Amino acid sequence: MTESEMKKPALGWRLPFSIRIEPRIDNPPKWFSPMLSVIAVVFALLIGALVIWLGGGDPWAAYSHIARYSFGSVGVLSDTMVKAIPLMLVGLACSIAFRMKLWNIGAEGQFFLGVFGASLVVLLPVLPEDAPQWLFIITMIISGMLFGALWGFIPGFLKARYNVNEIISTLMMNYIAIEWNNYFIYAVWSEGGFQMSRMFQRNAWLPRLSDLGTTMPFFRGLTTHMGLLFALIAAVVLWWILAKSQWGYEIRLIGDNPRAAEYAGISIKKNIIFVMLLSGALAGLAGMSEITGVVHRLQGAISPGYGFTGIIIAWLAKLNPLAVILASILFGALILAGREVQPSGIPTLIQGVIMVALIASDYFLRNRVTIVRRVEE
Amino acid sequence: MDLLIILASGVATGTVLLYATVGEAFAERSGIMNLGVEGMMLIGAMSAYKVTAATQNPWLGLLVAMFAAGAISQVHAFIAITLQADQVISGLALNFLATGISLVLGEGLTSLRDVVPQLPNFTVPVLSQIPILGKVFFDNHSIMVYIGFIFVPLAWYYINRTRPGMHLRAVGEYPAAADTLGIRVYVLRYYYVFVGGILAGLAGATISLSISPGWFGALTTAGQGWIAVGLVIFAQWDPFRAAFGAYTFGALRRLVLDIQGPSTLLGLANPFFYNPHYAFFLKMLPFAFTVVVLVIGSREANRKRIGTPAALGLPYIRGQRGL
Repeated sequence: MTESEMKKPALGWRLPFSIRIEPRIDNPPKWFSPMLSVIAVVFALLIGALVIWLGGGDPWAAYSHIARYSFGSVGVLSDTMVKAIPLMLVGLACSIAFRMKLWNIGAEGQFFLGVFGASLVVLLPVLPEDAPQWLFIITMIISGMLFGALWGFIPGFLKARYNVNEIISTLMMNYIAIEWNNYFIYAVWSEGGFQMSRMFQRNAWLPRLSDLGTTMPFFRGLTTHMGLLFALIAAVVLWWILAKSQWGYEIRLIGDNPRAAEYAGISIKKNIIFVMLLSGALAGLAGMSEITGVVHRLQGAISPGYGFTGIIIAWLAKLNPLAVILASILFGALILAGREVQPSGIPTLIQGVIMVALIASDYFLRNRVTIVRRVEE
Repeated sequence: MDLLIILASGVATGTVLLYATVGEAFAERSGIMNLGVEGMMLIGAMSAYKVTAATQNPWLGLLVAMFAAGAISQVHAFIAITLQADQVISGLALNFLATGISLVLGEGLTSLRDVVPQLPNFTVPVLSQIPILGKVFFDNHSIMVYIGFIFVPLAWYYINRTRPGMHLRAVGEYPAAADTLGIRVYVLRYYYVFVGGILAGLAGATISLSISPGWFGALTTAGQGWIAVGLVIFAQWDPFRAAFGAYTFGALRRLVLDIQGPSTLLGLANPFFYNPHYAFFLKMLPFAFTVVVLVIGSREANRKRIGTPAALGLPYIRGQRGL
């Protein structure tokens, strides 16, 4: 036995390469981060396929079903957009809060309060029944956003004043919001003992594309409503605030380095309250647009967890308001067409795996991982 | 509405919160915040029920539940400890993942009721004769309740008086110092996230095999995992305070149900009896109370500057400055 052979480790067998991990000093190229997100989503869909297959289903059939019933025709594409509208708005609500590392996971509750605020206008009623549609829409927007903002303000205030952990308080506010709405659905505005209010009159509905159908046949039967416009405007405004305005700069600075922000004279407490107000108002707008654009009456089970999906959307979009639009459409498709996939927990599971894969993939943004060929000594 | 019954069932339902809260306290003591408690509890409840239904052995169900929830907790451990990602967002992700898995695997379990054996209930012979206390703490409770009584002082002793407990606290307070003393920071953090997962699984199994038997999808836990995360702050990471908080919350949950029964309350007409819709406001109480408890806990923690593990939520990177 030669000496060099003696030196070999007892393992006897070594990988022909080694993996070197070092923290990134430079910024990764621009395409790198979106590519990682896409890989994470694809990976999650593969895991979902595996689960469906293990459950005795046909993954290919399930996915082609989802694709066909969400993007297959103009009609279903329009339905996908309808699902994407509330997701965009709650995704934006989460993005702005998360950018400041303020963990508002109460978008669901703020959504419900937005629903309540919009319903109030019709059911209290705040406006006479025959008020013009534009007046209804404006009043409902203001009322919905106001109530959503109120629901965001409470945990924001508690965080700023008493340093109460906003993760728990926003989450508790979700449960309270659901019971709050239930009281009004069952006890106050119940129609004939049913667990729903009366149908809103037509002038309290958001205009839909199908309303144009009489003059332009192409739009006939399309359900996409004016909320899409609200969501797109909100996304652009939010992008402008975050990227261009001084307030956005303050938010980003607090998120990245609160101590530096404090030294720079930025009031963290004030920003916590303002961001929670804006975040709540956006989620409230989502609720408003859902109730006046889709449901048209106050009832339970309005949201299949939009507020929580918003968290994942914000993360998938890397907290970029414009990317939220795309991410929402993807999740809108998943929610719309995923309803018929069995077992029924599959869409939730896929959302969970997407989120885990996304967070894990961030590791490659922060570290450079290289595979080096082992050179024989 | 009997006060003793409310307190006794407070102890029973509070046991669920107790295990989850102490489990989370273990993980957070080591510096890792795990927001996935609700999801891990669902995994525990689902797998306990599923295995028990299949084998007719609730003990096996309990064991599998603990192992399954512990295993899923390692997803969070890997992302938060090895990949050094933000613990808040990673915990949320675990929550989504675990909820999704338990919904998928729990499909069809809801319709199985009545054929699944439960963990045994019994009355402790001598202790149950103590006036008042005996009725509240030792009369016809699930075995999990009694295990909880023993578990709390043991957990306290482990954290505060033993050598591994000291290592646990060191890792959560000052991981760099612990590291220089040869304590394996990463290994311990993985381990205590696992312990937290096991206990969350135990909490879930306690629900589905004993306290309110069955599987009702996400309604099985109904937000108790989140209340537990809030209670940890109130408890200041101490098992005894956690037990106090958990039992109080359990009693509150029962009170919300029982207060609707009688037609008069303290000599006045009971509004909840005459208008059952007011019960929606009662149902808000546990959640509103959690927020109140958080305010109290946060103010106390601010004043005393104690309790919160100093390195909580911060990834430990060997060789880097800071904690």
